[in-house]
Amino acid sequence: MELNVSLYRYNPEKDEFPYMKKYTITKPEKDIMVLDLLNLLKEEDTSISYRRSCREGVCGSDGMNINGKNGLACITPLSDVLRGNKLELRPLPGLPVIRDLIVDMTQFYNQYEKIKPFLQSDSEPPVQERLQSPQDRDKLDGLYECILCACCSTSCPSFWWNPDKFVGPAALLQAYRFLADSRDTKKQERLEELGDPFSVYRCHGIMNCVNVCPKGLNPNKAIGEIKSMLLTGTKEEKIKVVGLE
Amino acid sequence: MNTVVNLFNNKQVKEFDALIIGGGGSGMRTSLELARSGLKTAVISKVFPTRSHTVSAQGGITCAIQSADPNDDWRWHMYDTVKGSDYIGDQDAIEYMCSEGPKAVYELEHMGLPFSRFDNGRIYQRPFGGQSKDFGKGGQAARTCAAADRTGHALLHTLYQNNVKEGTNFLNEWFAVDLVKNSKEEITGVIAFSIESGEVCYFKAQATVLATGGAGRIYASTTNALINTGDGLGMTLRSGFPAQDMEMWQFHPTGIYGAGSLVTEGCRGEGGYLINADGERFMERYAPNAKDLAGRDVVARSMVLEILEGRGCGEEKDHVFLKLDHLGADVLNSKLPGICELSRTFAHVDPVKEPIPVVPTCHYMMGGTPTNIHGQAFSQKNGEDFTVPGLFSVGEAACVSVHGANRLGGNSLLDLVVFGRAAGKHINEAIKSGGGVDNSTSEDIDEAMQRLNKLNESQDGFDVARIKKELQTCMQNYFGVFRRGEFMEKGVKELEEIKFKVDNLHLKDKSVSFNTSRVEALELQNLFEVAQATAISALKRTESRGAHARDDFPDRDDENWLCHSLYDPTKKDISKRKVNYEPKQVKAFPPKMRSY
Repeated sequence: MELNVSLYRYNPEKDEFPYMKKYTITKPEKDIMVLDLLNLLKEEDTSISYRRSCREGVCGSDGMNINGKNGLACITPLSDVLRGNKLELRPLPGLPVIRDLIVDMTQFYNQYEKIKPFLQSDSEPPVQERLQSPQDRDKLDGLYECILCACCSTSCPSFWWNPDKFVGPAALLQAYRFLADSRDTKKQERLEELGDPFSVYRCHGIMNCVNVCPKGLNPNKAIGEIKSMLLTGTKEEKIKVVGLE
Repeated sequence: MNTVVNLFNNKQVKEFDALIIGGGGSGMRTSLELARSGLKTAVISKVFPTRSHTVSAQGGITCAIQSADPNDDWRWHMYDTVKGSDYIGDQDAIEYMCSEGPKAVYELEHMGLPFSRFDNGRIYQRPFGGQSKDFGKGGQAARTCAAADRTGHALLHTLYQNNVKEGTNFLNEWFAVDLVKNSKEEITGVIAFSIESGEVCYFKAQATVLATGGAGRIYASTTNALINTGDGLGMTLRSGFPAQDMEMWQFHPTGIYGAGSLVTEGCRGEGGYLINADGERFMERYAPNAKDLAGRDVVARSMVLEILEGRGCGEEKDHVFLKLDHLGADVLNSKLPGICELSRTFAHVDPVKEPIPVVPTCHYMMGGTPTNIHGQAFSQKNGEDFTVPGLFSVGEAACVSVHGANRLGGNSLLDLVVFGRAAGKHINEAIKSGGGVDNSTSEDIDEAMQRLNKLNESQDGFDVARIKKELQTCMQNYFGVFRRGEFMEKGVKELEEIKFKVDNLHLKDKSVSFNTSRVEALELQNLFEVAQATAISALKRTESRGAHARDDFPDRDDENWLCHSLYDPTKKDISKRKVNYEPKQVKAFPPKMRSY
């Protein structure tokens, strides 16, 4: 069977506008991954550009829009996504395109850096490790595994609209990863930096992020947790203020 | 076409105190140390740092932190590592790694690495292959610190996060092409270009650290990421500097059959085991004591023997099974969640119910640029070692050598952080006390531009994808788990033919902006340098030791080969270099028969 692949092409040196280019390729007998298919196409047309590294779904390089849904090319089997014999590959939506399937991820990374994605503690570290109970450590499961592929944030209309002000699901997941860490002592400061109308509150819970996450993570839930921490945090503040008066 | 020539000829100079090539674990541990020191430092990485291959490490980081066993001792870890290396690991370096290890691991925890935990709140440790208590006399140890089976991911992200915290200067998606070497044979920096814009720069530095990782892509079947193309070694070999122990490639026992993805040794540490077509736990025959947790070289060879003797699984009888279902869904989901995911995706098998089809797969390069414990690169003149001014190497790209002829599981992540940290400290002190290198002339810089220029000007020549396959097939066929002189000679000859093609690649697409075909062509040339060093070193070492198993020389030969091989790219030949048997705090471990 022939596969009809429609590939988003754009070379800033040659093309005034991006266009969809059609490729026909014999469908391999084995069920291969979308990345394998791209590699086959690139052997024929070396000008096709895309990012890839680990080819096993842990490095987060090859996020792209596959037949309308964001995913990682290297762990998406053709059998999961083919519509008839058609496959359409586009770059992740909402970010500037550099070339073909490669987007400029600066805005995405800026949001990640903004949430201070590192452990902060007021106490001097002990000689050995800081202790953490398995129960406290369990709270980080489903959070720390994020691979920064940007599938979630680039499927989020709020992020498309305000990529500079709305932190986006990926970075919010990481914000909560540190809020949830029993070893981090900067909870209040972290929350304060998220309390404006945009950073968190532009999430309206449409769950596109959950729908596309190739690692099965749930940024929506993490955002919900942050929202309730913001709420209780504010209440405590008020009580404290009243108490002082 | 004109834009290309203009951009690539219009090179700027950017100056730093220290330059780190590679944004994986070792590079980012070095940069973290340097960022804190206040030196002007930059990390050049061909990918965004968290895309580096460290992210794929699974099982853990081995270190005697006395968590699983309060009586554990770094000397036992040292003994295991020396034995695992089949006695050609340098004992001063192994001693340093094992004794400094706990500090380096605690630092990672303080930085936020989400280690799994025991009930008492300490870091979780699991058993791994080749681990023992009491110098091999006290049975299996549990010494590998883990964050579930995603330790590499957790480690790499933690290091990136802390580099963000310290404000490290990252030049992401820049590709380093070649070293700039002056007439005094000092390294003064590199030529690199921005993959996104095509801008070419001479990065000038007092210290250039190669942290470019391994080169598993010289083989057709590998657990390595597509980016593991030995770029640092390619650069040093082209500059005429040697590579050490290049015949020593680790084949990991459990790569997923067909896909090559890694299945951590932690699976066997948690109680999984290998079975053949008869359902027999065959490792009991080959390693009666350690069984499935013998050294990786031993397990990989046993698997191949099972397959060669007709007891392989599947229609083609060309793999074996890793059985995990008896561990139960709870253990698998909490301790090995990533493996379950990989297995379902790439083997279409749910380990909770069925065994995973596995086969030995190229995994790790024990060899590399020879260095001391400070990361300073060595070369030799008239059989005498000397350090190359300005040149450093850390991590898998380097050969300190802590892994010798066979690396123990969990020791690579430890190697990264211990020696990344050590190199950073040394460079900081050296530069602040006025150590440095002279300038390079514009001829020296032009020399380093030649490879890139030739590729950019190519009008015809050979196809990159095709030649890469030729190279990988050659290495897979002649330099695999078992090796034989006559086959290797054939392989070395084939490589000579491939050499011409690799030198004359055709870059069809000359565009500048994010042209990944340019990067792939340059990577192939690096792969070739590593492959040829491997082939010649393997042919010349006429014994079997560690990962280097020859059926024409089946025995270890301590009389002639208890030494490193040092490959000289200018002569395409090897010489012998002494193994260090002079640790400082303990007595050296003398060579013994190695059995598990």
